[in-house]
Amino acid sequence: MDTTVTTGEEENVWGGGNRPLGASYGKLMMWFFIVSDALTFSGFLASYGFSRFKFIETWPIADEVFTHVPFFHGNYPMIYVAFMTFILIMSSVTMVLAVDAGHRMMQNKVILYMFLTIIGGAIFVGSQAWEWATFIKGDYGALETKGGRVLQFVKADTGERAALADFSKTLPEERVKHTMSEGVWYQEEGYQTSYSLNEVIAGFQANPNILIRTEKINEEGEKTVLDRKASLGRLKDAVRVVEGANLVRNEYGSRLFADFFFFITGFHGFHVFSGVVINVIIFFNIIIGTYERRGHYEMVEKVGLYWHFVDLVWVFVFTFFYLV
Amino acid sequence: MGHEHILKIFRWAGGINFRSNTRKIWAVLIFLSIVTAIEVILGIYKPAILVENYFLEMKLLNWIFIILTLVKAYYITWDFMHMRDERSSLRRAVVWTPIFLVSYLIFILLFEATYVFDIFKEGFLAWDF
Repeated sequence: MDTTVTTGEEENVWGGGNRPLGASYGKLMMWFFIVSDALTFSGFLASYGFSRFKFIETWPIADEVFTHVPFFHGNYPMIYVAFMTFILIMSSVTMVLAVDAGHRMMQNKVILYMFLTIIGGAIFVGSQAWEWATFIKGDYGALETKGGRVLQFVKADTGERAALADFSKTLPEERVKHTMSEGVWYQEEGYQTSYSLNEVIAGFQANPNILIRTEKINEEGEKTVLDRKASLGRLKDAVRVVEGANLVRNEYGSRLFADFFFFITGFHGFHVFSGVVINVIIFFNIIIGTYERRGHYEMVEKVGLYWHFVDLVWVFVFTFFYLV
Repeated sequence: MGHEHILKIFRWAGGINFRSNTRKIWAVLIFLSIVTAIEVILGIYKPAILVENYFLEMKLLNWIFIILTLVKAYYITWDFMHMRDERSSLRRAVVWTPIFLVSYLIFILLFEATYVFDIFKEGFLAWDF
């Protein structure tokens, strides 16, 4: 039975004394967690790719969806997401500087860099919340057909997108949102669009300058715009007005587009949020001198690995959601 | 496991030997920012020559985006996560496992999606109405 007895001093191969990967237990487990989390995100992005290749001719064009920058009016595709990417890379840099300062046991520098990392993470989560709010609110509005396809509107003379408010008529319709207090207690409604289907159709028929834009992408890589006659014909298929986005339908096009947007950026945003929380905990531990007493700052290194991983995932989300 | 870092990076450009880890980190930041800026500029202007030409049924522009993304991922992992300083056994265990599994997953899903697209397009199935 002497083979099962191990003593702490024994430093042979089977005694548990050697470390073949040269990393501590904590760091190794963080790496393994990162591998499994990377596979989870790959699964999400690959299924996004599946849905996109399945609807390759009708998928929404990201440049036309994410065009807003806070405090500025106008059309600025990609600028805001590029800013978010830069913020996240920047906070990765301050994190790795904190790790570096930890190696040299400079407590005050670690505190400063961890603080900057937390601020960067908070800015990123805030930006993502704003991006979600803009996406959910929508900007032009569209119609949905029986088959679930989305019809958008453009102005014939300029080729610019037309919002529902630009041409819809206000009809003397009685339209009250169903709520419990309005008496129709069994028919509560989620949300009500600002124009009814009849108002949009009447406005479209009265305004010859408005054309319909379908989901289909033509050879130039742009959405197909129908001529006036075809537009009027296509209008008959419309069954409801869509404004903004939710998990069931959205004004940008394919329903799966909004679902994947919420799911992938939401899952990543949750990672950033939990990363910020973990960073705050470590931040206070640094301030009260836990790692100074422990003699090393390996804990900062471990949360650093997680934080860089969150940045790494964003690099891929940025490419596959916004660029490609 | 000490804290010594390999400070010679950018070997494709002849290799730059940085004096300290901090300097190396800032250099990587500048490099990553430049790559991101190139991506954004290409994404906004979409040069016709890159959009019209295809390689393996994908636009050249998209190939450039994906390659630049992998370049960024390499430098984040190697220099920010200090993979460069880890033992090769750890490096291979962490890096090759996902690369192998993800390549397989991407191949199988995109192949299947193209098939489903063809069925929707050529088959007797109305979905655009």
